[in-house]
Amino acid sequence: MNGSAVSLAGVGKDYKHFTLDDISFELPQGSIMGFIGANGAGKSTTIRIVMGLIHQDRGAVRVLDNPMPAGQVAAKREIGYVSDDMRLYASETIAWHMSFIASIFPSWDADYARELVRRFDLTPEQRIKGLSHGQRVKAALLLVLARRPRLLVLDEPTTGLDPIARQEVLGALIEVLADERRTVLFSSQNTMDVEQISDRITFIDRGRIVASDDKENYLDRWRRVRLELPEGAVLTQIPGMLDVRGSGRLNVATIPDFGETTLPLLQATGATVLAIEPMTLEEIFLSTVKNRREGLLV
Amino acid sequence: MYLQIIEQIRERVAVGDWRRGAEIPSIRQLAVALRVSVITIKRAYFELEREGVIVTHHGKPSRVADVPNVEKIRDDDLDQHLERALHIGALLGLTPDELAARLGRIRLKKEDKA
Repeated sequence: MNGSAVSLAGVGKDYKHFTLDDISFELPQGSIMGFIGANGAGKSTTIRIVMGLIHQDRGAVRVLDNPMPAGQVAAKREIGYVSDDMRLYASETIAWHMSFIASIFPSWDADYARELVRRFDLTPEQRIKGLSHGQRVKAALLLVLARRPRLLVLDEPTTGLDPIARQEVLGALIEVLADERRTVLFSSQNTMDVEQISDRITFIDRGRIVASDDKENYLDRWRRVRLELPEGAVLTQIPGMLDVRGSGRLNVATIPDFGETTLPLLQATGATVLAIEPMTLEEIFLSTVKNRREGLLV
Repeated sequence: MYLQIIEQIRERVAVGDWRRGAEIPSIRQLAVALRVSVITIKRAYFELEREGVIVTHHGKPSRVADVPNVEKIRDDDLDQHLERALHIGALLGLTPDELAARLGRIRLKKEDKA
């Protein structure tokens, strides 16, 4: 084990109307990575490449020390994968699915499965066709969680869930990490989910990774600064300053790499700093994507 | 987010929920209990160690410091609030004396209510 549960280097895939390009990231064992992107950004394509379901045109993919897609049979024994396009048998019950999975995977933990049934508020005797969307997602998740796989790969597990179900799911994901050999990769459109439970966060937009870093680094470095300028003055650009907005004497600037030198630089422009505010992950994501699209951020 | 965790832990130490020298949950245990990411707790523990509130050893359980530095932290915290008050006061054109008088009035108001 080299310390990375998932590692992608220079991965690309060409479609007629979409190109995934230069996707590189490392997911250390024992951590959770959240994958954030708009619809059509390339999240699901990347996840399917990680799973060996789609073969990349270029670049190297390693999952639990297996090269993908060549080593996918060995890798998949230890991966739990849930996505929206995975179907359960509509006319069978949750209990039927549980014993089916238990018969295939020797790692099935029946006690944990029962506990998840209770915590997810599911009824084992219920048939899949009678379940709500949220119950279906939770049932699918239960079936992979109870196998205790070393790697969980989840494509938008919280999309369409009500707040209670979302917290149940996020809680179950965090619990996986109580065991430091286990790893989670999940995608989401919801930055709040990602902000709550992720160790590492990767932003993807238009088929490319626009940022990949420790969560706290994003939250630490991005700041919004409220500035007051002397009468008639125009705010001078300092290195790294983005999105300067405002009219007259009051201006708001976004700074992606706020450090010890930033404040003196701002004051040297003649501006008075009124406030330095932290930003939410959602604001950081939107600002990153916008500025990358406009070529202001590299 | 880790700032909130730090604040919660300082409180627990200050009120004695987490006693001096006592073992505290591991990073992963606390992450699971609070449903936040491991890195958030790691970061909080790192800062708390720097502040002298807790002691961590590689491979051993973390503990509350024998003499946790809670008072010093409270002191620094108060200074920061007062500096901020001074700043806003200056924007409003108040002198430090006028600010002090205002603090007195706020205290009286609170006592009236109680």
